[in-house]
Amino acid sequence: MEKITNIEQLDLLKNSLRKARESGRQVVRVCLGPGCRAQGADKVAAAFRNAVRQQGLPVKVEPLIKETGCHGFCKEGPLVTLEPSGLFYSRVKPDDVEEIVEKTIKNNEVISRLLYSENGTVYKSAQEIPFYKMQKKIASRNVGDIDPLSIEDAIANGAYQAVAKAFASMTPEQVIKDVEVSGLRGRGGAGFPTGRKWRSAADAVKKHPGPVYVVCNGDEGDPGAFMDCVVMEGDPHSVIEGMIIAAYALGARQGFIYVREEYPFAIKNLTIAMEQARSAGLLGANIMGTGFEFDIRINRGAGAYVCGESTALFQSIEGKPGEPRAKYIRSVERGLWDRPTVLNNVETLANIPVIIENGGEWFSKIGPPNSTGTKAFSLVGKVKNVGLVEVPMGVPLSTIVEDIGGGIPGKKSFKAVQTGGPSGGCIPYKLKDVSVDFDSLTKIGSIMGSGGMIVMDDRDCVVDVARYFLRFLEEESCGKCLPCRLGLEAMLEFLDNFAQGKGSLEDIEELKSLAKAVQDGALCALGGSAPNPMLTTLEYFRDEYEAHIIEKRCPAGVCKDLITFHIDSEACTGCGLCASNCPQACITGEDKKPHEISQNACTRCGTCMDLCKFSAITVS
Amino acid sequence: MKEINTKKLINFSINGTAAQAKEGWTVLDTARNMGIYIPTLCHHEAVEPIGACRLCVVEARQGNWSKVVVSCMYPPFEGVEIFTDSERVKNVRRWVLEMLLAQCPASREIKALAAEYGLKSTRFKIKNPEEQCILCGLCVRVCAEVVGVQAISLGSRGVLKHVSTPYMVPNKACIACGSCVSVCPTGAMQTRLDKVRGDISQRTGHGFAH
Repeated sequence: MEKITNIEQLDLLKNSLRKARESGRQVVRVCLGPGCRAQGADKVAAAFRNAVRQQGLPVKVEPLIKETGCHGFCKEGPLVTLEPSGLFYSRVKPDDVEEIVEKTIKNNEVISRLLYSENGTVYKSAQEIPFYKMQKKIASRNVGDIDPLSIEDAIANGAYQAVAKAFASMTPEQVIKDVEVSGLRGRGGAGFPTGRKWRSAADAVKKHPGPVYVVCNGDEGDPGAFMDCVVMEGDPHSVIEGMIIAAYALGARQGFIYVREEYPFAIKNLTIAMEQARSAGLLGANIMGTGFEFDIRINRGAGAYVCGESTALFQSIEGKPGEPRAKYIRSVERGLWDRPTVLNNVETLANIPVIIENGGEWFSKIGPPNSTGTKAFSLVGKVKNVGLVEVPMGVPLSTIVEDIGGGIPGKKSFKAVQTGGPSGGCIPYKLKDVSVDFDSLTKIGSIMGSGGMIVMDDRDCVVDVARYFLRFLEEESCGKCLPCRLGLEAMLEFLDNFAQGKGSLEDIEELKSLAKAVQDGALCALGGSAPNPMLTTLEYFRDEYEAHIIEKRCPAGVCKDLITFHIDSEACTGCGLCASNCPQACITGEDKKPHEISQNACTRCGTCMDLCKFSAITVS
Repeated sequence: MKEINTKKLINFSINGTAAQAKEGWTVLDTARNMGIYIPTLCHHEAVEPIGACRLCVVEARQGNWSKVVVSCMYPPFEGVEIFTDSERVKNVRRWVLEMLLAQCPASREIKALAAEYGLKSTRFKIKNPEEQCILCGLCVRVCAEVVGVQAISLGSRGVLKHVSTPYMVPNKACIACGSCVSVCPTGAMQTRLDKVRGDISQRTGHGFAH
């Protein structure tokens, strides 16, 4: 691509690319997000290319095969959408591709077998599906639409227009002002106002002239969270553009994107996008001929969860062990190499171009006053529609879980939702109508966090959940400060005892006191927020803790030391499903006659209970 | 002890007593200057503070705001009220010490400090009855910052963290100066020194070459 040497040229390029798009050429979008890829979407995409090539279609009719980022509806993957018909095909296998090319692409026939249906309704296009209907996409606006490896595609969709606008008509001060007006708060977890962060850093640079850095935090590590991954993979240019705008506002010349090594496709797509932007004159020296210089480097994280914490992340970029430091002097004043640094999350930066283009005022009207804009969530766990959703702030939690997520699969009931990952809290069913925004979630003991949402049903034991998150953090603790290194291990000792039916009610109070000491004493937010899952489950499900301790019973049937599985001989139809799936092969019985579990060999994994269609497995 | 520059003083209070700090002083610096006792383990004047042991925590209050901070690093600001022995502070110290009794049961210093907070035993699992090290990293810091050789470092992370030489073999960079042993708050370095320096009699040439 030719280098863009002035701002008007970008506009011309965008218009000509758009025109080319409107030629009526068919477009096949194959989702290559993490979920679809795991289900074989790359083979589907390859099959499309093969089929099209074999058909030898004339250039004008030949469809454009786009391998895009995540479409969101991971549960129904691999997903394929077709333009201009707008058709939405779900669960597409490589074997289906020939039929799609033959019937849909060549003859405009709809293959009803591949359409998505829900409660008897068949949906032809994505927009009609309830999962998509209630969403509003800002940060992930281009994800799933564009080919992330093509800068032309991104530019045709409006990428780099905000940078052009900022360069042409705004001073750095005006950019900061606009971000302040937007009310945008950091999407990484703490929810610090982005505008204020930029302002403090700009002030710090004025006080101590010299280098200033813009750093993008892509070290997303919460279990079950993949929003940032999806944005970096599916629309890397939005992150790069957000960083250029931040750099312009602060006068930075060097930026860093810290991505965890476990996201190889994010690293690949970002690297390619940056190379393309550089050769297009949109990154590096003399951006768009304005004389402004800014470049970005990717730093790959080795997978330490704690490196998502700002000061540990800086240490890691500097080549030191990723350990946090006390933040009595904030990183906007003393961050990377002790210089003023702005660290923003991937999703925060992806929001910036839209704010600059449409104005902060426009953005501030979405969502409640103190939590403006939208938020992307990865909806996982015991929910029907597992996937990635983006909704306006302030929607009730139940809308996300029940309406968009489709509720709990099977006959189980909705028990709780863990928001904010291991640092967040467990929100019980009775609070399901809580408004999903920064302040409301904090009020009930949880946090917004980076946007992981883990749904639990009545087969999830809260003691076990608290143990799981605590063990995760114990493994990920850097070990620098004692309340975290020793405290998490000690809290686990308490919880391990509870899970075995040991301990006493006084222990619950002692555990709370220890949790307070860890919250107060820990150096960084990893330790400081580690007790949250335990404290919230204790607050909302105290009866379950007491059942473990006093009655030596695990109501959800999870804690292995406290349960035995039995088969109700009256309900059992002898279908044999449990017996053929039992990993221990300890279920026996004649065909069509009640089966039995041999307690000696049973490891209490619960597979039988989860599989039984007749609720014949009981736990005691 | 650092000299007080009377020109630029920050006025605040410690336990209700008026306190004055020079710019750049921490709460701990000021408290020690006033003769107020705050327990510390990972702090040493020869090296930069890192705030790891959290025994020196104090509570900072102003109006309705209150926060537990580490005094070895916290810069006091005008008007802040510092409490060195509030309930929240004692709660942190008491739990840290009880957990330390399980982590390094062989340390006399830890036992004595724990006794000050009424702790004689621990409820937590003891992994190694011989252990004395609290992993404060003073040895590592003095080696790097004062001696300037970086013969030892903290390896691994979290519960697996340990003081060691690279690849856990004796390190020729060690000049056997013993600074690590002298700063160690529990005496744990004494037993580790030979693993760091190796057999010195076998060294040749300039011996302690870096």
